[in-house]
Amino acid sequence: MNFGFTEEQEMLRDQVRRFMHEDCAMTTVREIVSAKPAFSPPLWKKMAELGWLGLIIPEEFGGVGLRWIDLTVVLEETARGLSPLPLVSNTLAAAALLRCGDAAQRQAWLPGLADGSCVATLALYDEPNWIDADAVTLAAGDGGLCGSKPYVPDAGSADLFVVAFRAGAEHNELKLALLERDTKGLSVTDQPIIDRTKPMGTLVLDNVSLDPDRVLTLAEADLTYLTDCGAVAVTAEMVGAADAALEITTSYAKERVQFGNLIGKYQGVKHRLADMYVDIESFRSLLYYAAWTVDDAPEELSRAVSLAKGYASDAFARIGIDAVQLHGAIGFTAEYDIQLYLKRSKWARPMFGDTDYHYDRVAELGGL
Amino acid sequence: MDFEYTPEEQSFREEVRTFLKDNLPAPKERGPQFLKDWLTKVREKRWVGFSWPVEVGGGGGGLIEQSILKEEMALAKAPPLGTDMMGLAWVGPGIIQYGTEEQKQRFIPYILDSEGTFCTGYSEPNYGSDLASIQTKAVLTGDHYVVNGQKTWTTLAPWADWIILLTRTDFDVAVKHEGITCLLVDMKSDGVDVRPIENMAGDKHFAEIFFTDVKVPVNQRLGEDGKGWAVTVSALANERSSIGEVTQMFGKLDTLKELVKHTRKAGKPAREDPLVRRKLARFEAQIAAMKYNGLRYLTKQLNDEPLSSETSVNKLHRASLEIEMDDFAMELNGQAGLELNGGAHAIEGGKWTKAALNWPNVVIGGGTPNIQRNIIAERILGLPKDGSD
Repeated sequence: MNFGFTEEQEMLRDQVRRFMHEDCAMTTVREIVSAKPAFSPPLWKKMAELGWLGLIIPEEFGGVGLRWIDLTVVLEETARGLSPLPLVSNTLAAAALLRCGDAAQRQAWLPGLADGSCVATLALYDEPNWIDADAVTLAAGDGGLCGSKPYVPDAGSADLFVVAFRAGAEHNELKLALLERDTKGLSVTDQPIIDRTKPMGTLVLDNVSLDPDRVLTLAEADLTYLTDCGAVAVTAEMVGAADAALEITTSYAKERVQFGNLIGKYQGVKHRLADMYVDIESFRSLLYYAAWTVDDAPEELSRAVSLAKGYASDAFARIGIDAVQLHGAIGFTAEYDIQLYLKRSKWARPMFGDTDYHYDRVAELGGL
Repeated sequence: MDFEYTPEEQSFREEVRTFLKDNLPAPKERGPQFLKDWLTKVREKRWVGFSWPVEVGGGGGGLIEQSILKEEMALAKAPPLGTDMMGLAWVGPGIIQYGTEEQKQRFIPYILDSEGTFCTGYSEPNYGSDLASIQTKAVLTGDHYVVNGQKTWTTLAPWADWIILLTRTDFDVAVKHEGITCLLVDMKSDGVDVRPIENMAGDKHFAEIFFTDVKVPVNQRLGEDGKGWAVTVSALANERSSIGEVTQMFGKLDTLKELVKHTRKAGKPAREDPLVRRKLARFEAQIAAMKYNGLRYLTKQLNDEPLSSETSVNKLHRASLEIEMDDFAMELNGQAGLELNGGAHAIEGGKWTKAALNWPNVVIGGGTPNIQRNIIAERILGLPKDGSD
């Protein structure tokens, strides 16, 4: 029985912290997201060299061959500094190839995802607030794919899109298409959202023909698995980002004087900060367990991740709002960083299911 | 990270399960004789005082085995390992840490054998959360202390044989945490007057206690004169695995799930109401968070990393769940939820309603939620103290 991290995992954590501190500090983050696309080739290259892009990709495909619990360490730390780089997207695309691809497809694509030469992203649902096979509505017709795929994470920087589409009349007849950016008939439009550190776009598909070598079968269980992996990844980022929001707000409460005292002395302030700590500590524990189940107890993944994301989505949204409020008006200014964390909390809430979705699933899986 | 148990731990779990299967009748068949036999048997297994040193008569057991024992006992809805709840929880560990040889020989077997019970004399009419300000006075006169003052809200006082009493022996101190002395007092001593207090649920579990010229032999002082605060702090910090508690709460959640399956709300089965379902899911998330928080803290302890005040996190969850879960059952039943024992429409004999009025036992005893928040804010987040000191 050991619910802690190994020395290697703690070293990995230190490595990511150092990278975020030295190479991707908040001034750099702000520079990256003010450009289009919001991306940094040199930083991406460095992340590839450090092995993070291929962390969960097996060594035979050029990756490091670690587990989701290791990935959690990286995501927690990159999100602490609101990294805008598409690590989650790239990892989920890799997870889709590993889960649904055949040997040739894995061999063809995974090495590029691991070494950073091919930025990839995964686009599952077409509906903004619905996690279900029926929420994949983009359908293949005689001429291939025609229509659009909205809410595609990191669409601006991706070289490869792994796109879910409907391949037949049955509710669960789904497939994934591997579409390169320069595919004939494919264009990308920017979809500006409030959290600029999480860029999003829409794919416009004008009779994009489907190459059978680049189509993967997406069973309903695969869709669930990939959604659950997405929820694990996003919740790992929520732990890091929420922790940073608490740290920034706590520091402010130790500096700001009102009514002759540090505001951190007043219970109205300190109790709210304590409650934030309780929430973060709790969804952190739920998340670590969920991340562990991905590789070690997959039959428990859905319930474990729904407990974690259900708890985290509500709690982080509250933390984002209160962190700004406890700063007073300065927290409301664009110049101050805390508002970026509020935006991140809003972004994270619907991603791969909000609290209502996950708590409904907990109820169902729990026999109600 | 792994959640596997070693073969030794597994076989200990099997041993516990077998014992519980062989020695635990259904709850309805557990009479007074059963309880007497049970206490003898678990004592023979050396499960009482499981983690206490073998030299004093404890089990000398490890943290993991202790959490396994607690978990299996909670799953089997077993009675406690002894009748002296407070003796086993903190008075005993306090005596082991601070007591004299004589005190250990006198009180440790007494606690382990369930010969009597301790209550805890901390709160006073004017000082509860601000515990270090207590005023009950003890004056050393020859070979005994003379105690005068009043304690209140003392849980179990109407039945207790002994009290671990916090007194002030020095009023002229720079810091209020100094000058406090801890005494072990026989409740039958002359000058001890116990007056039970009825709580809002109609129970008389706690009492106010008046001390008038009560003589306490000096060999019943626990720790040094004037250094009683350290004894108190270590007693309150004597938190071990919370796994037994978590298992009980999962059990309670299952009972609530059964309840919503049999209850109708607005003419429809309550289990179909999305808000009912989500609320139960939130309870589950909170209990699961307690479980995994507890396992993370247990891992820290196993690696000999000191725990700060992390256990306050689970205390806050416990407090909110204690209030909300019974209240959920009560609210679910609408007006029928208002009926106490014996009402024609009372749900399950009014047990939820009774429980919904008894939450302060858990929520206020041992430090209110706001005290826990102060602890987290000051000791973990490093925010400035807000008291007068």
